[in-house]
Order: sequence, then C-alpha cells, then structure tokens
Amino acid sequence: MLGLTLLLLLPTAAAAAADRSRTEAPPLRGPGLRFSPPVPASPSAPPLLLLPQPGAEYGAPGVALARSAAEEPDGPAEEEDGGHHGEHGGGYRVVQWEWSYVQTPFIIAIWLLVASVAKILFHFSQRFTTVVPESCMLILLGLVLGGVVLIANKKQLYQLEPALFFLFLLPTIVGDAGYFMPARLFFDNLGAILTYAVVGTLWNAFCTGFCLYATKLLGVIDERVQADLMDFLLFGALISAVDPVAVLAVFEEVHVNDMLFIIVFGESLLNDAVTVVLYKVYISFVEVGAENVQMTDYFKGVASFLIVSVGGTLVGLVFAVILGFITRFTKKVRIIEPLFVFLLVYLAYLTAELFSLSAILSMTFCGIGANKYVEANISQKSRTTVKYTMKTLASIAETIIFIFLGISAVDKSKWAWDTGLVSCTLVFIFVFRAVGVIGQTWVLNRFRLVPLDKIDQVVMSYGGLRGAVAFALVVLLDGEQVKAKDYFVATTIVVVFFTVMFQGLTIKPLVKWLKVPRSTSRKPTINEEIHERAFDHILTAVEDIAGLQGYHHWRDKWEQFDKNYLSKLLLRKSVYRKSELWEAYQKINIRDAISVIDQGGNVLTSARLSLPSMASRASFPEVTNVTNYLRENGSGVCLDLQVIDNVPGGKVEEDTETHHVLAGNLYKPRRRYQSHYSRHFIPLGEKERQDREVFQRNMKSRMETFKSTRHKRHKKERSLKKRRGSDAKEEGGDKPRRNVSWQDKDPVVVPVESDPDRAEHSDPEKDEDVGITFVARKAETPKERPKSVPAALDGTQSPPPGPPSPTGGETHLPWKGGVGSPPPCVSVEATKIIPVDLQQAWNQSISSLESISSPPAPAEPVHPRVSALSRLGATRSASYTPPGSVAGSSASIGAQLSQGSFCFPDGRKDEEDEEEDEGAELQPLMSSLRPPGSLPPAPRRNPCVYLRSLVTAPPSGSGEPHSRGPTQL
Amino acid sequence: MGSSSSNMDHIPDAQHLMQETGFSAAHLVRLYERFDFLDKDDRGELRLDDFEAVSELAMNPIGDRIIRAFFSPGRETVDFPSFVRILAHFRPTDTNRTRNGRNGAQPEPANSRTNKLKFAFQLYDQDRDGKISREELLQVLRAMLEMQVTEEQLQSIAERAIQEADLDLDDTISFDEFKKSLEKVDIEHKMSIRFLE
Repeated sequence: MLGLTLLLLLPTAAAAAADRSRTEAPPLRGPGLRFSPPVPASPSAPPLLLLPQPGAEYGAPGVALARSAAEEPDGPAEEEDGGHHGEHGGGYRVVQWEWSYVQTPFIIAIWLLVASVAKILFHFSQRFTTVVPESCMLILLGLVLGGVVLIANKKQLYQLEPALFFLFLLPTIVGDAGYFMPARLFFDNLGAILTYAVVGTLWNAFCTGFCLYATKLLGVIDERVQADLMDFLLFGALISAVDPVAVLAVFEEVHVNDMLFIIVFGESLLNDAVTVVLYKVYISFVEVGAENVQMTDYFKGVASFLIVSVGGTLVGLVFAVILGFITRFTKKVRIIEPLFVFLLVYLAYLTAELFSLSAILSMTFCGIGANKYVEANISQKSRTTVKYTMKTLASIAETIIFIFLGISAVDKSKWAWDTGLVSCTLVFIFVFRAVGVIGQTWVLNRFRLVPLDKIDQVVMSYGGLRGAVAFALVVLLDGEQVKAKDYFVATTIVVVFFTVMFQGLTIKPLVKWLKVPRSTSRKPTINEEIHERAFDHILTAVEDIAGLQGYHHWRDKWEQFDKNYLSKLLLRKSVYRKSELWEAYQKINIRDAISVIDQGGNVLTSARLSLPSMASRASFPEVTNVTNYLRENGSGVCLDLQVIDNVPGGKVEEDTETHHVLAGNLYKPRRRYQSHYSRHFIPLGEKERQDREVFQRNMKSRMETFKSTRHKRHKKERSLKKRRGSDAKEEGGDKPRRNVSWQDKDPVVVPVESDPDRAEHSDPEKDEDVGITFVARKAETPKERPKSVPAALDGTQSPPPGPPSPTGGETHLPWKGGVGSPPPCVSVEATKIIPVDLQQAWNQSISSLESISSPPAPAEPVHPRVSALSRLGATRSASYTPPGSVAGSSASIGAQLSQGSFCFPDGRKDEEDEEEDEGAELQPLMSSLRPPGSLPPAPRRNPCVYLRSLVTAPPSGSGEPHSRGPTQL
Repeated sequence: MGSSSSNMDHIPDAQHLMQETGFSAAHLVRLYERFDFLDKDDRGELRLDDFEAVSELAMNPIGDRIIRAFFSPGRETVDFPSFVRILAHFRPTDTNRTRNGRNGAQPEPANSRTNKLKFAFQLYDQDRDGKISREELLQVLRAMLEMQVTEEQLQSIAERAIQEADLDLDDTISFDEFKKSLEKVDIEHKMSIRFLE
C-alpha cells in the first residue's frame, strides 16, 4: 500500500518540480477534466467546478488529467515542447526530463495501475473478499491514499471531478450494464422496474426533502445550515436516487436471483431520468428563487421529465438501429467491429448529454436494443473483444470511482459537518426507501404474475445504495446559490459511505440469512431452450383464445415485427436465416466438447463419459472405449494437415512414408499456429484452440477406430460396434446404398450452395472465423463397397474419365497405403463412433462437403442411383456449420469427395468450375485443390487446414482419416 | 365488475366451476363473455372454426395444436366448462394465498406445476401414447422454426434433445423425462398468464 502511494506521489512531486521551473504552463481548455489541481496561486477558482481554467492560473503542481489533453492533443503538447526547447536551447542533452510532455497520460496510466493492482491485492485473500465487498475496500484504499496525499501536500490533489465522472467513468459502467443487460428479463419486469424507478424515486425525493425541511424547522438541524424548502428538496432529489454503480458493485457479488437483481438494478438505471429532471428543475427554481416560481413551471417540470426520459430512450434506440445497421456491413473489416460498438454506444450517451436528455437511459436502451443484432452480426472474436473490453473498462471505471470517493472524503475543506442533518438524512432515506418499496410492491403484486414476497422487499429496501452519481451531483451544486452546499456534500459523502460500506458489507449475510434464492449460472439445456420457446407460443395462443391482450400478446406482436422488419434491416442475410435455437444448440455442443476436453484424462479413463449438459446417464460408452483403446495402443494418430495439403503435388512415396511415420508419432504442439502476427488478424484465441483440439482429438480417435475396424483385428472394436445397437444396425444394412447415395445427393445440395446470399454473406464470414477448414478429398467413393472386390475398387472409384486413381489416394495419403481388405465405408464407420446425437451433424458435414466437391457428372454413369438418396437426402445439408461454429463458423469441416481429382486434371477442372459457381464459401476448398506451389493464402485465415480425404480411404484402404463431428470425443 | 351477478346466472354450473378451477366470479364472467364472443352461432359450444376465427392464432406456429388441446379426444366441440378447465392450466400458481381450503377435494388443481407440464406435454404428444417420439418433437420444432433452419439442423436439434432428456434410452421422451428435463425451469412463472378480472 505504501509503495503504491509512493508511486502515486512521485509523479506529483515531479510534476511540481517540472512545472515550477517553467513560466508557461499548459493551458487547459475545455471543461475541467482534471483531477482538481491544488491551486495555490488561485485559491478563488473552485477546483471542482466545470470551469475552463486559464493557463495562467494553472501555475504550480498541476496535474491535468489527460482527457482534455487527449481531446486536443496538439494544444498542450506543442506548447510544452516549445517551452521546453526555449529553456534548454543551450546544448544537446543526452537525457532530457520530459515530464510535462508525458504528464497527463502518465498520471492516468499510474492511476489505472494503482487501481488495478489494488484489485489484485484485495483478491489475495479469498476469505477476506467473500466478506468484504470490493467497493468497500476501494473506498478504504481511497481514504488512505487521499490521507497520504493530503499529508504530503497539505492539499488534496485529486478529486472526483463531475465532468470526468459523467463523461468518462459513468458511461463505461452504464454501457457495460446496458449492453449486457438480459433483455428478456428486463422487459419481463419492465413494469416493476419503471414503477420503482419513477414513483419510488419521486416518493423518496419529496419525502426526504420535506421531512428534512420539517426537522430543520423543528430545530434538529443546526442553524448554520442555511437552507430553505427548495434547497432541501434539491438535496432530497439528488440523494434519493439509487446508484447504478454502487448497486452493480454490491449486487454482482451477492448473486441474488435474477429477478431481484434486474429489478433493483433496472431501477437504478432508469431512475436517472427522474433524478436529472428533478435536479435541474430544482436548480432552476433555486436560481429564480422559490417565491418566483409559478404554477406553469411545475408543469414545465413534468413536461421536462417526459422529454428527458422519452427523448433519452429514443436517442438510444436510434443509435441502436444505427449500430445494428453498421455492423451488418463489417464483414470485411472484422478487426474494427468492436470499435463500432463502443463508439456508437458512447455516442448515444454523448448525444443525449448534448441535448440534456437522460444519457443513462439513452445508453442503456442503445445497449439493450443493439445487443441482439450486433451479437448476431459480428464475429465470435469481436464478441469476445467487446465483452472483455467493456468489462475491463467498466471494472476500471468502477474502481476509480470508489477510490476517488474515498479520496474526496478526506479533504475537509470541501465539506462542513452537521450531525443533525447527517443523521436525519440517513434515517429518512432508509425509512422512506423501505416504506416506498413496501407500498409499491403491495400495488405491484396485484398485477404481477410472480408476486414479490417479503424477503424480496427487504432486499430491495436494503439494496437502495447511493453512490457516485449523488456525490457528483452534489459537488456540482453552485455554492453561491445553495448556501448549505458544504453541509450537503458532507451528508452525501456519509450517506454514500454508509450505504456502500455498511449496507454493502451486511447485505451478503442478510441475503444468506433470509435465504433469498440465489442465481445459478446454469446454462440452459437444449430441452429447456426448445420447451421455453414452445411455452411462449402456448401462452400467446392462450391469451389470444382467452381474448386477453396481455404481455405475451404484445411480446409476440413485437417478435413478429422484429422478425419481419427489424431483423431484416439490421441483420446480415446469412445471420437472419439462422435460428436462435440452432445457435443455442451449437453453443451447447461446444460447451460439452470443451468441458469434456477440459476434464481431460479423468473423463477418458473413467468408465463412462457423461456430458455436463445432459441428465445423468451413461452416455457414449462407445466413445470411451475408443479412447481407451487409443490409450492402450499407445499410438496417437496425429493428422498432419500439412501433408494432406501437399498431396496434390504428388510427393514421392518415401517422403510420404517418412512423413507418415512422423505424423503418426509426433504430437502436434498446440500453439503451432500461434506464431503469426498480423495487425489485422488476431491469432487464435483460447477458445478456437480448444475447438481445434477437440477436433483433432476426434480425428485421432476416429482414425484409430477406422484402422482397427479395417484390420478387423480388434475384438474390442468389433464388440464395440455391436454395442452401438440400434443405429449401427440400421446403417450396417444400408452401407452400400448409403455410399452410392453420396453421389446422388448433388442435386439436393447444389441449389442451396449456389444461393448467392449464402455465398456472399455467410461464407466469407466463415472463412475468417474458421478455425479449421477441412477439405477432405476423397480419392475413392464409397460406392466401391458394394462391389466388394478390392481390386475393382480402384477402377470403380475413379470416375469414368478417371484412369488410374486407385493408387492416387494411397500414394498421397500415407496412411492409406496398405491393406487391401475392403474398407468399411468410412462414413458409416464414422457415424458409428459418433454419439447418436451428433450423427446428424456428422452426416451433414460429410454430405455438405461431398456435395460441394463431388464431380457432377462422372460419378453418375458409373454408379446407378440408389434409392438411398431419399433417405439420406433429408439428413444432409449443403453447407453444414458444425456445432463448433458459433458466429457462423468456427470450423467448417469439409470432406471433399472428389473422385480422381488428384490424378486427373480433368476431374479437377470440373470441380473447380463447379466450385467457382458455388461461390465464396468454397474458397478454401478450391485453394486446397491447387498444387502445392500455389498453396492457399493461409496466413489470412489463420489455422485453416486443408484436409484432404477425410471421408474415405482408397480401396487399399489402410487408414482412412476420419473426421468426427468436432464436439464429441 | 358490476354486472357480474346478473351474468353469473347465464353460466352453467358456475359455482362448481369456480371451485374446480379456482377462477373468481369476475374471471368466469369475463371468460364467458369471451366464450360467447367466440361462439358465433350461439350453440353454447365452440367448434374448430370458432377457434380458427381468432386471427392471431393463424400466425402462431403451434396454434393448431393448442386449439386441438381444447378438444377432448373424440369430441368435436368444446363447451364452456371444458373451455374454462383448459384455461385454468394457465392460472398463476398460488404460492402465497393458499386456496387449498377451497380446492381441498381436488388433489391437484389444474394450475399446478405438473398439470401445466402435462398440458405442454400433450402438445408434443399428438398420438397420446404418453411419449414424445422423435417425429413428434420434430414436427413441433419444424413448426416453431419454420424456414429458419434446414431439415438437417432440425434433426440434429431433435436428436440432441432426445438424447438429453431420454433417461431410459427408449429413444422417446416420456412425461417423467419431460418433467425432469424441465425441473430447473420456473414453470409456475413461464406457463402462467394473468387473467383479467
């Protein structure tokens, strides 16, 4: 702590030193965005006011906060420079003291560092932080820091500046809160939230104001507090609003249930409009004098409330629409996607401020409104970026606010103490909060589906925390107009401290003691997703039948409108087609896969593998067995993707052999692709890497399985097959037909592929996000299988134009060379290993790839269509996005069954032509088709891996690489 | 509602219905008005056409299923008591105000969690064999998701859902499994609407 303080003081002292030696100081323009400088030269200048301060006054140890400098980067910096050169013009100096040059950013950085390090320190002791909320600790830290600075400088250097607070700190917190607000929950409880925010705040403000005035008349409050009714009402207005920052800080640690949280927090956000209006109205009343206020002014006040709140909301929604619309077109500039989010959300705030509308409302609704569309439009990486940046900023802003609250409190010159006022205020705000909550809840419960019970009311009353907003507002008061300002400041500080420290400290035990239902961070299962959707429809229908135009009726109307107009306007076409349920499904799958991987060895060795999101049951014993087998066997098959890429080049057999050995025995380091650096493309994130890892593991085990089945040596494997039970049975019978049908599916798929929208929108997106693009080339089609003559396979597999493809696959894919026994159709094999729930996905992936690359004509003549098409057609998709891909792509697995494409230029040409028609989505495929020399622009989409021949092996079929659905192990 | 007492007379068996469903008299009157309104030719029963006349239902992807849920098996019409009994499923569950005294005879009121779930289950289980088969689930999914997803995606979603819920590995979802898969969901909240008085 001491070290921190020293660190903090150092720049200050340095600043003082540097500035004293200088006649000209950087002029500060713009609103005083600085930690209030200790202005010995100009004691008259109220350091806390938003006055531009002339440079002359800014004499000594000034610490300009950077924001203003940042806004006008040229001003101070240039002048500094000029001054500097003038001073030291004498000769060249090896080392120069450029303090004033770096001053503002330096100090900001130091501050952020202090705040962040403080957080680390708090969390050293786990037990401590579970008891004491972070906000309390930060305030205490602020008190200490402020004390040290005060002792060292005799003057408080840093204060919480209202402009700094309102323009920079508050928006980051509100922006984060608004953007990540659970919209459904928020609107489900909107009625209650609005009631508490509007009625509750008004009630608190008036009651507190009037009662304080009454106590003043009664003489409880000291005579020195020169305030009349208007002043007290003003004070009541600013002290009564529940503060979003404080509520967020405390409630996030308490984890009360969602409904309770959203009500308290929503209230704290929405009451901003009320507070702002009341504050402004009273200020103007105080200015003109209470006796001059006319009746019309009250109506103006009401009108102003409507305008401020509705206007703020509208501004926010307008910006939400703009934001959604912009992100529709960012697919080529992924890297700046997050920037748009920050800028527009912040602009919504500033614009509302510009027109003195409710900026908090504006920002909140901008966030809520845009979230759905933005999240759907931007890539997964951008989503993560937005999330983390917002959380970081909000966290840092919150930290600074609380530290500064502590620091500000230390400076005695700013406030004056009156016990009567302080204690009365404390009592009143607490009592009126409780009374207000109980009264309103009583009314609300008559209308609410889920009544708020007593415990909820207690928590809500107790959770009425005041915070930095109140403090900033009170500091903004004009001491000339409001005589009792200093007393109000003191009272506000005490109230804030009391609510944040005392209530914040005790609310956790209280919640525990009252057994308030806590929130669970459980993610919904797919069943819940489905059924809840159904419930929505059911309720809407029932309301319609019962003739009630209730909540569900209107929600449904809104959803229709959203679907028909808004989403069309704001979502990319590719995204628009996606169903939320499908996204949810994919997310769940990914989550399962990751958690399976995370559990690593444990899961593998355990007899049963159960997915976390599933109800307990022994699921996928087959999978476990496969992995066990893998382990016992000790041979980890590692798919070397590079090799596969090179295949077209027709490497010498020895090379491939060698490579095969290496690939089979080396474990691929995870970070392999990490080395690329590009400003425009971010290396793989942890998640992608995990996804890829999942995939690789799947590949491994799959290949292993295949091998074993091929050799038919392993009883284990066979028994495993048997165990597959019903699904396997079916497939076994269908094998031949199925294989043939691969070819037949082309017609089904192609239309979708060629759809311009898809190609245009979704696919490029995919490319960029794709972790892995597997393009599997199939040198052989499963069709051979029916013939069951190994030798014949080669001939058959190569399409009519195709001469000697048989060996093609073998030579190029090392693991393929080998045993002549007819390989079981890989796809079938593969499907078997895949957990039943993923089979569908697997099939799709295969089919899509297949359809993409299988040469149109050649296959047909040779292999008659089989009726299997009808059965399989349904289950195959043209372009399949594996569960792993969230934003439309984390991995697109392609298995390309291009017959003879390796060996036959003709065949390949055909393919390419076809692919070109099919559009951008196929880009990766195409590039993989090219000879090694012209290898794909891989670095761009980082870990793009082109995997050939995922699906089938050549007849000789030693090891056919299999790919599994990325999610199962 | 001032006219409630007079209107109550029109409602057959009103007292009994109130007891059975937990609706208040005002609720019943209002629902009766609605029933009357839907019942275009005043026969005291609703037919399929009457339901289909509600225009909003046409847009509801599973509207037809819900309509069918109003008809008990084999019946072509819905009379007022059964109309009310169906709607009673969607009354908010009484947690605070215990009406058990009044409903004491009834083991489980229609708006209990189980009965709410049963209603939802029926919507899936069209052949009423007590199990949601894959095909049945697919139908509902298909209706709800319309054109948004491909058939393959539907299949995988259904597959996954069944995998997830199917505890006894019979490839279908029985009611118990259905109930269990939703045990963490606030059914009382999510399957309730507010009836106006």
